[in-house]
Amino acid sequence: MLKDITLGQYFPGTSPLHRMDPRSKLLILILYIVTIFVVKGLFPYLICVLALITAVIISTIPPKMVLRSLRPILIIVLFTGLLNLFYTPGVELFHLWIFKITREGIATAAAMALRIILLVASTSLLTYTTSPMSLTDALENLLGPLKKIKAPVHEFAMMMSIALRFIPTLIEETNKIMSAQKARGADFESGNIFSRAKALVPVLVPLFVSAFRRAEELATAMECRLYHGGEGRTRLHSLHYGRVDLIAAILAVAVCGGAIALHILL
Amino acid sequence: MAIIETKDLTFRYEDADSDALCGVTLSIEEGSFTAILGHNGSGKSTFAKHLNAILLPSGGKVYVGGVDTADESRLFDVRKTAGMVFQNPDNQIVATVVEEDVAFACENMGLPQEEIRKRVDECLAAVGMSEYARHAPHLLSGGQKQRVAIAGVLAMRPRCIVMDEPTAMLDPSGRAEVIRAVQQLNRETGMTVILITHHMEEAALADRVIVMKQGKVALDGTPKQVFSQVDRLRELSLAAPQTVQLVHALDPAGTVLSPEALSVEECVGQLMKYLEA
Repeated sequence: MLKDITLGQYFPGTSPLHRMDPRSKLLILILYIVTIFVVKGLFPYLICVLALITAVIISTIPPKMVLRSLRPILIIVLFTGLLNLFYTPGVELFHLWIFKITREGIATAAAMALRIILLVASTSLLTYTTSPMSLTDALENLLGPLKKIKAPVHEFAMMMSIALRFIPTLIEETNKIMSAQKARGADFESGNIFSRAKALVPVLVPLFVSAFRRAEELATAMECRLYHGGEGRTRLHSLHYGRVDLIAAILAVAVCGGAIALHILL
Repeated sequence: MAIIETKDLTFRYEDADSDALCGVTLSIEEGSFTAILGHNGSGKSTFAKHLNAILLPSGGKVYVGGVDTADESRLFDVRKTAGMVFQNPDNQIVATVVEEDVAFACENMGLPQEEIRKRVDECLAAVGMSEYARHAPHLLSGGQKQRVAIAGVLAMRPRCIVMDEPTAMLDPSGRAEVIRAVQQLNRETGMTVILITHHMEEAALADRVIVMKQGKVALDGTPKQVFSQVDRLRELSLAAPQTVQLVHALDPAGTVLSPEALSVEECVGQLMKYLEA
Protein backbone atom coordinates (compact mmCIF):
# COMPACT_ATOMS: atom_id res chain seq x y z
CA MET A 1 0.00 0.00 0.00
CA LEU A 2 2.64 2.48 1.08
CA LYS A 3 4.95 1.97 -1.84
CA ASP A 4 2.24 3.18 -4.22
CA ILE A 5 2.41 6.71 -2.87
CA THR A 6 4.42 8.43 -5.55
CA LEU A 7 3.85 12.06 -4.65
CA GLY A 8 7.09 13.96 -4.74
CA GLN A 9 9.13 11.17 -6.32
CA TYR A 10 11.55 12.82 -8.65
CA PHE A 11 13.21 10.88 -11.48
CA PRO A 12 16.34 12.73 -12.54
CA GLY A 13 16.76 13.05 -16.30
CA THR A 14 17.75 15.33 -19.14
CA SER A 15 14.62 15.40 -21.30
CA PRO A 16 13.23 18.76 -22.49
CA LEU A 17 10.59 18.39 -19.76
CA HIS A 18 13.29 18.06 -17.12
CA ARG A 19 15.17 21.05 -18.52
CA MET A 20 12.15 23.35 -18.52
CA ASP A 21 11.90 26.09 -15.94
CA PRO A 22 9.72 24.83 -13.07
CA ARG A 23 7.70 28.04 -13.18
CA SER A 24 6.63 27.48 -16.76
CA LYS A 25 5.84 23.83 -15.99
CA LEU A 26 3.68 24.91 -13.09
CA LEU A 27 1.87 27.57 -15.10
CA ILE A 28 1.33 25.19 -18.01
CA LEU A 29 -0.03 22.57 -15.60
CA ILE A 30 -2.51 25.10 -14.20
CA LEU A 31 -3.59 26.00 -17.74
CA TYR A 32 -3.99 22.32 -18.56
CA ILE A 33 -6.07 21.60 -15.44
CA VAL A 34 -8.32 24.58 -16.13
CA THR A 35 -8.76 23.29 -19.67
CA ILE A 36 -9.75 19.75 -18.66
CA PHE A 37 -12.35 21.14 -16.29
CA VAL A 38 -13.72 23.68 -18.78
CA VAL A 39 -14.10 21.53 -21.88
CA LYS A 40 -16.70 18.90 -22.62
CA GLY A 41 -17.15 16.53 -25.51
CA LEU A 42 -15.17 13.78 -27.19
CA PHE A 43 -12.77 15.78 -29.37
CA PRO A 44 -11.56 18.29 -26.78
CA TYR A 45 -10.86 15.38 -24.39
CA LEU A 46 -9.08 13.48 -27.11
CA ILE A 47 -6.76 16.48 -27.55
CA CYS A 48 -6.12 16.65 -23.82
CA VAL A 49 -5.34 12.93 -23.58
CA LEU A 50 -3.06 13.02 -26.63
CA ALA A 51 -1.25 16.07 -25.26
CA LEU A 52 -0.55 14.27 -21.99
CA ILE A 53 0.61 11.09 -23.75
CA THR A 54 2.97 13.16 -25.90
CA ALA A 55 4.33 14.87 -22.79
CA VAL A 56 4.92 11.51 -21.10
CA ILE A 57 6.77 10.24 -24.18
CA ILE A 58 8.95 13.36 -24.34
CA SER A 59 9.68 13.13 -20.61
CA THR A 60 11.22 9.60 -21.00
CA ILE A 61 9.44 8.68 -17.73
CA PRO A 62 8.30 5.04 -18.03
CA PRO A 63 4.51 5.13 -18.71
CA LYS A 64 4.20 2.43 -16.06
CA MET A 65 5.24 4.97 -13.43
CA VAL A 66 2.51 7.40 -14.52
CA LEU A 67 -0.06 4.58 -14.39
CA ARG A 68 1.16 3.59 -10.95
CA SER A 69 0.46 7.10 -9.69
CA LEU A 70 -3.21 6.48 -10.58
CA ARG A 71 -3.61 3.38 -8.45
CA PRO A 72 -4.31 5.14 -5.13
CA ILE A 73 -7.10 7.24 -6.69
CA LEU A 74 -8.86 4.27 -8.31
CA ILE A 75 -11.54 4.21 -5.60
CA ILE A 76 -12.21 7.92 -5.91
CA VAL A 77 -12.55 7.59 -9.67
CA LEU A 78 -14.97 4.66 -9.32
CA PHE A 79 -16.95 6.43 -6.63
CA THR A 80 -17.37 9.70 -8.54
CA GLY A 81 -18.08 7.74 -11.70
CA LEU A 82 -20.84 5.69 -10.07
CA LEU A 83 -22.39 8.68 -8.33
CA ASN A 84 -22.56 10.58 -11.58
CA LEU A 85 -23.80 7.52 -13.41
CA PHE A 86 -26.85 7.06 -11.19
CA TYR A 87 -27.67 10.58 -10.08
CA THR A 88 -27.60 12.59 -13.29
CA PRO A 89 -31.09 13.36 -14.52
CA GLY A 90 -31.79 13.01 -18.24
CA VAL A 91 -32.94 10.56 -20.91
CA GLU A 92 -33.45 7.21 -19.22
CA LEU A 93 -31.70 4.20 -20.78
CA PHE A 94 -31.99 1.57 -18.10
CA HIS A 95 -33.98 1.20 -14.87
CA LEU A 96 -33.67 -1.33 -12.08
CA TRP A 97 -35.37 -0.78 -8.71
CA ILE A 98 -34.08 2.63 -7.48
CA PHE A 99 -31.16 2.70 -9.94
CA LYS A 100 -31.58 4.34 -13.25
CA ILE A 101 -28.95 5.08 -15.83
CA THR A 102 -29.31 8.01 -18.16
CA ARG A 103 -27.44 8.90 -21.31
CA GLU A 104 -26.28 12.11 -19.66
CA GLY A 105 -25.21 10.04 -16.65
CA ILE A 106 -22.88 7.91 -18.75
CA ALA A 107 -21.38 10.97 -20.40
CA THR A 108 -20.88 12.84 -17.10
CA ALA A 109 -19.48 9.76 -15.36
CA ALA A 110 -16.96 9.15 -18.14
CA ALA A 111 -16.03 12.84 -18.23
CA MET A 112 -15.55 13.07 -14.45
CA ALA A 113 -13.47 9.89 -14.33
CA LEU A 114 -11.33 11.11 -17.20
CA ARG A 115 -10.86 14.52 -15.60
CA ILE A 116 -9.64 13.05 -12.33
CA ILE A 117 -7.32 10.65 -14.13
CA LEU A 118 -5.85 13.44 -16.27
CA LEU A 119 -5.55 15.73 -13.26
CA VAL A 120 -3.56 13.21 -11.22
CA ALA A 121 -1.49 11.91 -14.15
CA SER A 122 -0.46 15.39 -15.28
CA THR A 123 0.39 16.44 -11.74
CA SER A 124 2.48 13.30 -11.21
CA LEU A 125 4.29 14.03 -14.45
CA LEU A 126 5.23 17.42 -13.02
CA THR A 127 6.60 15.92 -9.80
CA TYR A 128 8.39 13.15 -11.72
CA THR A 129 10.26 15.62 -13.91
CA THR A 130 10.82 18.43 -11.42
CA SER A 131 12.88 18.16 -8.26
CA PRO A 132 10.73 19.19 -5.28
CA MET A 133 13.34 21.78 -4.45
CA SER A 134 12.97 23.55 -7.79
CA LEU A 135 9.21 23.16 -7.56
CA THR A 136 9.11 25.02 -4.29
CA ASP A 137 11.54 27.56 -5.75
CA ALA A 138 9.02 28.08 -8.51
CA LEU A 139 6.18 28.50 -6.04
CA GLU A 140 8.21 30.90 -3.94
CA ASN A 141 9.09 32.86 -7.03
CA LEU A 142 5.57 32.95 -8.46
CA LEU A 143 4.05 33.88 -5.11
CA GLY A 144 6.85 36.40 -4.50
CA PRO A 145 4.63 39.46 -4.89
CA LEU A 146 2.63 38.29 -1.85
CA LYS A 147 5.70 38.96 0.34
CA LYS A 148 4.80 42.64 0.05
CA ILE A 149 1.67 42.02 2.09
CA LYS A 150 3.79 40.11 4.65
CA ALA A 151 2.63 36.65 3.54
CA PRO A 152 5.19 34.04 4.74
CA VAL A 153 5.95 32.82 1.22
CA HIS A 154 9.51 31.68 1.90
CA GLU A 155 8.55 29.82 5.07
CA PHE A 156 5.72 28.12 3.24
CA ALA A 157 8.01 27.02 0.42
CA MET A 158 10.62 25.75 2.90
CA MET A 159 8.02 23.79 4.83
CA MET A 160 6.77 22.21 1.66
CA SER A 161 10.19 21.20 0.42
CA ILE A 162 11.05 19.65 3.77
CA ALA A 163 7.74 17.78 3.84
CA LEU A 164 8.51 16.41 0.38
CA ARG A 165 12.06 15.52 1.40
CA PHE A 166 10.82 13.49 4.37
CA ILE A 167 8.09 11.52 2.59
CA PRO A 168 10.39 8.63 1.59
CA THR A 169 12.08 8.66 5.01
CA LEU A 170 8.77 8.47 6.83
CA ILE A 171 7.40 5.79 4.52
CA GLU A 172 10.48 3.72 5.21
CA GLU A 173 10.02 4.28 8.92
CA THR A 174 6.31 3.36 8.77
CA ASN A 175 7.20 0.09 7.10
CA LYS A 176 9.78 -0.60 9.78
CA ILE A 177 7.32 0.11 12.61
CA MET A 178 4.66 -2.03 10.92
CA SER A 179 7.10 -4.92 10.65
CA ALA A 180 8.06 -4.48 14.28
CA GLN A 181 4.42 -4.50 15.38
CA LYS A 182 3.65 -7.48 13.14
CA ALA A 183 6.54 -9.36 14.72
CA ARG A 184 4.82 -8.81 18.04
CA GLY A 185 1.53 -10.15 16.76
CA ALA A 186 -0.24 -7.05 15.44
CA ASP A 187 -2.74 -7.79 12.70
CA PHE A 188 -3.15 -5.20 9.95
CA GLU A 189 -4.75 -7.33 7.27
CA SER A 190 -7.91 -8.91 8.67
CA GLY A 191 -11.13 -7.48 10.03
CA ASN A 192 -13.37 -4.75 8.69
CA ILE A 193 -12.22 -1.26 7.83
CA PHE A 194 -12.77 0.02 11.38
CA SER A 195 -10.76 -2.66 13.11
CA ARG A 196 -8.04 -2.20 10.52
CA ALA A 197 -7.96 1.54 11.12
CA LYS A 198 -7.79 0.85 14.84
CA ALA A 199 -4.88 -1.52 14.27
CA LEU A 200 -2.94 1.40 12.77
CA VAL A 201 -2.93 3.39 16.02
CA PRO A 202 0.13 1.54 17.40
CA VAL A 203 1.89 2.45 14.15
CA LEU A 204 0.92 6.09 14.09
CA VAL A 205 1.87 6.92 17.68
CA PRO A 206 5.57 5.94 17.39
CA LEU A 207 5.64 7.47 13.91
CA PHE A 208 4.47 10.83 15.24
CA VAL A 209 6.86 10.74 18.18
CA SER A 210 9.77 10.05 15.87
CA ALA A 211 8.63 12.69 13.38
CA PHE A 212 8.74 15.32 16.11
CA ARG A 213 12.20 14.19 17.18
CA ARG A 214 13.38 14.32 13.58
CA ALA A 215 11.92 17.81 13.22
CA GLU A 216 13.86 19.04 16.21
CA GLU A 217 17.13 17.52 15.04
CA LEU A 218 16.62 18.89 11.55
CA ALA A 219 15.93 22.37 12.90
CA THR A 220 19.19 22.27 14.88
CA ALA A 221 21.11 20.98 11.87
CA MET A 222 19.65 23.76 9.71
CA GLU A 223 20.60 26.42 12.24
CA CYS A 224 24.10 24.99 12.36
CA ARG A 225 24.27 25.54 8.63
CA LEU A 226 23.40 29.19 9.16
CA TYR A 227 19.75 29.04 8.15
CA HIS A 228 18.00 32.25 9.15
CA GLY A 229 14.93 32.48 6.96
CA GLY A 230 14.65 33.71 3.41
CA GLU A 231 16.41 37.02 3.87
CA GLY A 232 19.61 37.38 1.86
CA ARG A 233 19.46 33.81 0.60
CA THR A 234 20.96 32.98 -2.78
CA ARG A 235 20.45 29.79 -4.77
CA LEU A 236 22.67 27.20 -6.42
CA HIS A 237 20.25 26.90 -9.30
CA SER A 238 18.58 30.18 -10.08
CA LEU A 239 15.53 30.10 -12.27
CA HIS A 240 15.59 31.41 -15.80
CA TYR A 241 13.32 30.92 -18.76
CA GLY A 242 14.99 29.41 -21.83
CA ARG A 243 14.10 28.52 -25.39
CA VAL A 244 12.56 25.22 -24.26
CA ASP A 245 10.12 27.20 -22.14
CA LEU A 246 9.11 29.44 -25.02
CA ILE A 247 8.40 26.45 -27.27
CA ALA A 248 6.51 24.66 -24.49
CA ALA A 249 4.45 27.74 -23.73
CA ILE A 250 3.47 28.18 -27.40
CA LEU A 251 2.53 24.48 -27.67
CA ALA A 252 0.57 24.54 -24.42
CA VAL A 253 -1.40 27.63 -25.37
CA ALA A 254 -2.08 26.15 -28.81
CA VAL A 255 -3.27 22.79 -27.43
CA CYS A 256 -5.35 24.14 -24.56
CA GLY A 257 -6.67 27.00 -26.68
CA GLY A 258 -7.53 24.52 -29.40
CA ALA A 259 -9.39 22.26 -26.98
CA ILE A 260 -11.37 25.17 -25.54
CA ALA A 261 -12.12 26.52 -29.03
CA LEU A 262 -13.40 23.11 -30.10
CA HIS A 263 -15.56 22.98 -26.99
CA ILE A 264 -17.09 26.38 -27.73
CA LEU A 265 -17.59 25.68 -31.43
CA LEU A 266 -19.08 22.19 -31.11
CA MET B 1 47.43 28.22 18.18
CA ALA B 2 44.28 27.07 19.95
CA ILE B 3 41.15 27.27 17.84
CA ILE B 4 38.82 26.19 20.63
CA GLU B 5 39.24 27.08 24.27
CA THR B 6 36.91 26.37 27.12
CA LYS B 7 37.46 27.92 30.52
CA ASP B 8 35.82 26.25 33.50
CA LEU B 9 32.81 25.33 31.35
CA THR B 10 29.78 24.33 33.40
CA PHE B 11 26.37 23.40 32.10
CA ARG B 12 23.15 22.17 33.63
CA TYR B 13 20.07 21.15 31.63
CA GLU B 14 16.79 22.68 32.71
CA ASP B 15 15.05 20.52 35.33
CA ALA B 16 18.23 18.50 35.91
CA ASP B 17 19.50 17.83 39.42
CA SER B 18 23.18 17.84 38.61
CA ASP B 19 25.53 19.51 36.18
CA ALA B 20 26.04 17.79 32.81
CA LEU B 21 29.41 19.52 32.56
CA CYS B 22 31.33 20.61 35.62
CA GLY B 23 34.32 22.79 35.02
CA VAL B 24 35.79 21.62 31.74
CA THR B 25 38.93 23.54 30.79
CA LEU B 26 40.41 22.46 27.48
CA SER B 27 42.18 23.96 24.55
CA ILE B 28 42.24 22.38 21.13
CA GLU B 29 45.00 23.18 18.67
CA GLU B 30 44.27 24.21 15.12
CA GLY B 31 44.90 21.37 12.66
CA SER B 32 44.71 18.64 15.29
CA PHE B 33 42.55 15.52 15.29
CA THR B 34 41.01 15.07 18.72
CA ALA B 35 38.76 12.22 19.77
CA ILE B 36 36.47 12.59 22.75
CA LEU B 37 35.47 9.34 24.40
CA GLY B 38 33.11 8.63 27.20
CA HIS B 39 30.33 6.46 28.42
CA ASN B 40 26.68 7.43 27.85
CA GLY B 41 25.88 10.42 30.02
CA SER B 42 29.51 11.42 30.37
CA GLY B 43 28.77 14.84 28.92
CA LYS B 44 30.66 14.37 25.66
CA SER B 45 27.72 15.31 23.42
CA THR B 46 26.80 18.21 25.68
CA PHE B 47 30.37 19.42 25.35
CA ALA B 48 30.20 19.14 21.54
CA LYS B 49 27.00 21.20 21.45
CA HIS B 50 28.82 24.03 23.21
CA LEU B 51 31.42 24.29 20.47
CA ASN B 52 28.73 25.36 18.02
CA ALA B 53 26.65 27.54 20.33
CA ILE B 54 23.71 25.13 20.19
CA LEU B 55 24.01 25.20 23.95
CA LEU B 56 25.39 28.16 25.87
CA PRO B 57 27.39 27.66 29.07
CA SER B 58 25.64 28.03 32.44
CA GLY B 59 29.01 29.02 33.81
CA GLY B 60 32.49 29.59 32.38
CA LYS B 61 33.38 30.53 28.83
CA VAL B 62 33.77 28.92 25.41
CA TYR B 63 35.90 30.62 22.77
CA VAL B 64 35.72 29.40 19.17
CA GLY B 65 38.29 31.04 16.92
CA GLY B 66 38.70 33.68 19.62
CA VAL B 67 34.98 34.52 19.71
CA ASP B 68 32.92 34.07 22.87
CA THR B 69 30.01 31.75 21.95
CA ALA B 70 27.72 33.62 24.35
CA ASP B 71 28.02 36.73 22.15
CA GLU B 72 24.80 36.51 20.16
CA SER B 73 25.89 39.07 17.57
CA ARG B 74 28.78 36.77 16.56
CA LEU B 75 26.68 33.58 16.42
CA PHE B 76 27.20 33.09 12.69
CA ASP B 77 30.96 33.58 13.02
CA VAL B 78 31.04 30.82 15.62
CA ARG B 79 29.00 28.47 13.44
CA LYS B 80 31.07 29.29 10.36
CA THR B 81 34.27 28.51 12.26
CA ALA B 82 33.12 25.25 13.82
CA GLY B 83 30.82 23.16 11.63
CA MET B 84 28.81 20.40 13.24
CA VAL B 85 27.93 16.93 11.93
CA PHE B 86 25.29 14.95 13.80
CA GLN B 87 24.60 11.31 14.46
CA ASN B 88 21.64 10.64 12.20
CA PRO B 89 22.39 11.54 8.58
CA ASP B 90 18.69 11.39 7.66
CA ASN B 91 17.85 14.21 10.04
CA GLN B 92 20.42 16.67 8.75
CA ILE B 93 19.86 16.44 5.02
CA VAL B 94 17.51 19.21 3.97
CA ALA B 95 17.29 18.91 0.21
CA THR B 96 16.14 16.16 -2.13
CA VAL B 97 19.19 16.29 -4.39
CA VAL B 98 22.70 15.76 -3.03
CA GLU B 99 24.28 18.86 -4.55
CA GLU B 100 21.40 21.08 -3.44
CA ASP B 101 21.89 19.86 0.09
CA VAL B 102 25.61 20.59 0.01
CA ALA B 103 24.75 24.06 -1.28
CA PHE B 104 22.32 24.76 1.58
CA ALA B 105 24.81 26.48 3.89
CA CYS B 106 26.30 28.56 1.05
CA GLU B 107 22.82 29.65 0.04
CA ASN B 108 22.15 30.77 3.58
CA MET B 109 25.38 32.73 3.54
CA GLY B 110 24.15 34.57 0.48
CA LEU B 111 27.13 33.66 -1.70
CA PRO B 112 27.04 34.34 -5.44
CA GLN B 113 26.00 31.44 -7.64
CA GLU B 114 29.43 30.73 -9.20
CA GLU B 115 31.03 30.59 -5.75
CA ILE B 116 28.36 28.14 -4.53
CA ARG B 117 28.92 25.93 -7.58
CA LYS B 118 32.68 25.94 -6.97
CA ARG B 119 32.35 25.07 -3.30
CA VAL B 120 29.77 22.33 -3.89
CA ASP B 121 32.02 20.61 -6.43
CA GLU B 122 35.06 20.96 -4.18
CA CYS B 123 33.32 19.63 -1.09
CA LEU B 124 31.72 16.69 -2.87
CA ALA B 125 35.15 15.80 -4.26
CA ALA B 126 36.70 16.12 -0.79
CA VAL B 127 34.43 13.38 0.56
CA GLY B 128 34.53 11.31 -2.65
CA MET B 129 30.87 11.80 -3.55
CA SER B 130 31.22 13.74 -6.82
CA GLU B 131 29.55 11.08 -8.92
CA TYR B 132 26.45 11.20 -6.72
CA ALA B 133 25.89 14.96 -7.10
CA ARG B 134 22.53 14.55 -8.84
CA HIS B 135 21.28 11.62 -6.75
CA ALA B 136 18.43 11.60 -4.27
CA PRO B 137 19.83 11.32 -0.73
CA HIS B 138 17.30 8.72 0.46
CA LEU B 139 18.65 6.23 -2.09
CA LEU B 140 22.21 6.42 -0.73
CA SER B 141 23.72 4.13 1.89
CA GLY B 142 24.23 5.37 5.45
CA GLY B 143 27.94 6.00 4.97
CA GLN B 144 27.30 7.91 1.76
CA LYS B 145 24.59 10.01 3.42
CA GLN B 146 26.90 10.88 6.26
CA ARG B 147 29.63 11.89 3.77
CA VAL B 148 27.08 14.17 2.08
CA ALA B 149 26.29 15.68 5.47
CA ILE B 150 30.03 16.28 6.01
CA ALA B 151 30.29 17.93 2.59
CA GLY B 152 27.33 20.14 3.52
CA VAL B 153 29.24 21.39 6.54
CA LEU B 154 32.55 21.73 4.66
CA ALA B 155 30.82 24.05 2.20
CA MET B 156 30.85 26.75 4.88
CA ARG B 157 34.68 26.47 4.82
CA PRO B 158 34.88 25.97 8.58
CA ARG B 159 38.29 25.86 10.27
CA CYS B 160 37.10 23.12 12.55
CA ILE B 161 34.61 20.31 12.17
CA VAL B 162 32.88 18.81 15.21
CA MET B 163 31.30 15.40 14.77
CA ASP B 164 28.89 14.04 17.31
CA GLU B 165 29.03 10.25 16.96
CA PRO B 166 28.85 10.39 13.15
CA THR B 167 29.27 6.63 12.81
CA ALA B 168 26.88 5.46 15.54
CA MET B 169 24.10 4.59 13.10
CA LEU B 170 26.28 3.10 10.37
CA ASP B 171 27.32 -0.44 9.50
CA PRO B 172 31.04 -1.33 9.67
CA SER B 173 31.73 -0.51 6.02
CA GLY B 174 29.91 2.82 6.27
CA ARG B 175 31.87 3.57 9.40
CA ALA B 176 35.17 2.90 7.66
CA GLU B 177 34.09 5.11 4.73
CA VAL B 178 33.30 8.06 6.98
CA ILE B 179 36.40 7.72 9.13
CA ARG B 180 38.61 7.49 6.05
CA ALA B 181 37.06 10.69 4.69
CA VAL B 182 37.59 12.45 8.02
CA GLN B 183 41.21 11.34 8.33
CA GLN B 184 41.91 12.49 4.80
CA LEU B 185 40.41 15.90 5.53
CA ASN B 186 42.57 16.31 8.59
CA ARG B 187 45.78 15.22 6.85
CA GLU B 188 45.36 16.88 3.49
CA THR B 189 43.67 20.16 4.30
CA GLY B 190 44.78 20.56 7.91
CA MET B 191 41.17 20.76 9.08
CA THR B 192 40.79 20.61 12.84
CA VAL B 193 38.65 17.59 13.65
CA ILE B 194 36.87 16.88 16.91
CA LEU B 195 35.36 13.42 16.85
CA ILE B 196 32.94 12.36 19.56
CA THR B 197 32.75 8.59 19.53
CA HIS B 198 32.51 5.47 21.60
CA HIS B 199 34.54 3.32 19.24
CA MET B 200 38.06 2.87 20.58
CA GLU B 201 39.38 1.93 17.14
CA GLU B 202 38.26 5.32 15.76
CA ALA B 203 39.72 7.20 18.70
CA ALA B 204 43.04 5.39 18.22
CA LEU B 205 43.44 7.20 14.89
CA ALA B 206 43.41 10.64 16.51
CA ASP B 207 46.39 12.73 17.66
CA ARG B 208 44.84 13.28 21.03
CA VAL B 209 42.24 11.42 23.07
CA ILE B 210 40.15 13.00 25.79
CA VAL B 211 38.09 10.72 28.02
CA MET B 212 35.17 12.29 29.85
CA LYS B 213 33.32 11.06 32.88
CA GLN B 214 30.43 12.71 34.70
CA GLY B 215 31.02 16.04 33.04
CA LYS B 216 34.75 16.16 33.77
CA VAL B 217 37.88 15.38 31.80
CA ALA B 218 39.10 12.06 33.19
CA LEU B 219 42.03 11.34 30.86
CA ASP B 220 43.77 13.47 28.27
CA GLY B 221 46.75 12.55 26.12
CA THR B 222 47.94 10.81 23.00
CA PRO B 223 46.14 7.56 22.15
CA LYS B 224 49.17 5.62 23.40
CA GLN B 225 49.21 7.41 26.72
CA VAL B 226 45.48 7.00 27.23
CA PHE B 227 44.95 3.46 26.01
CA SER B 228 47.91 2.01 27.85
CA GLN B 229 46.13 2.74 31.13
CA VAL B 230 44.01 -0.39 30.84
CA ASP B 231 42.91 -0.50 34.48
CA ARG B 232 42.02 3.18 34.60
CA LEU B 233 39.93 2.78 31.44
CA ARG B 234 38.08 -0.12 33.01
CA GLU B 235 37.25 2.10 35.97
CA LEU B 236 35.72 4.54 33.49
CA SER B 237 33.70 1.65 32.04
CA LEU B 238 35.56 1.80 28.75
CA ALA B 239 37.40 -1.06 27.09
CA ALA B 240 40.87 -0.49 25.69
CA PRO B 241 41.45 -1.65 22.09
CA GLN B 242 41.77 -5.43 21.83
CA THR B 243 45.46 -5.25 20.91
CA VAL B 244 46.25 -3.32 24.09
CA GLN B 245 44.13 -5.69 26.15
CA LEU B 246 46.00 -8.71 24.79
CA VAL B 247 49.41 -7.27 25.59
CA HIS B 248 48.21 -6.18 29.00
CA ALA B 249 46.79 -9.60 29.81
CA LEU B 250 50.07 -11.29 28.92
CA ASP B 251 52.21 -8.96 30.94
CA PRO B 252 50.16 -6.89 33.43
CA ALA B 253 53.20 -5.44 35.15
CA GLY B 254 54.67 -4.25 31.85
CA THR B 255 58.11 -5.69 32.60
CA VAL B 256 58.81 -7.00 29.09
CA LEU B 257 56.09 -5.46 26.96
CA SER B 258 55.03 -1.86 26.63
CA PRO B 259 51.24 -1.64 26.56
CA GLU B 260 51.30 0.86 23.73
CA ALA B 261 50.38 -1.57 20.95
CA LEU B 262 47.58 0.27 19.19
CA SER B 263 47.79 -1.19 15.71
CA VAL B 264 47.86 -4.87 14.82
CA GLU B 265 51.45 -4.50 13.54
CA GLU B 266 52.62 -3.01 16.83
CA CYS B 267 50.83 -5.78 18.68
CA VAL B 268 52.58 -8.43 16.58
CA GLY B 269 55.91 -6.73 17.25
CA GLN B 270 55.26 -6.83 20.98
CA LEU B 271 54.26 -10.49 20.86
CA MET B 272 57.46 -11.41 18.99
CA LYS B 273 59.41 -9.65 21.73
CA TYR B 274 57.44 -11.57 24.37
CA LEU B 275 58.14 -14.91 22.72
CA GLU B 276 61.83 -14.13 22.45
CA ALA B 277 61.94 -13.21 26.12
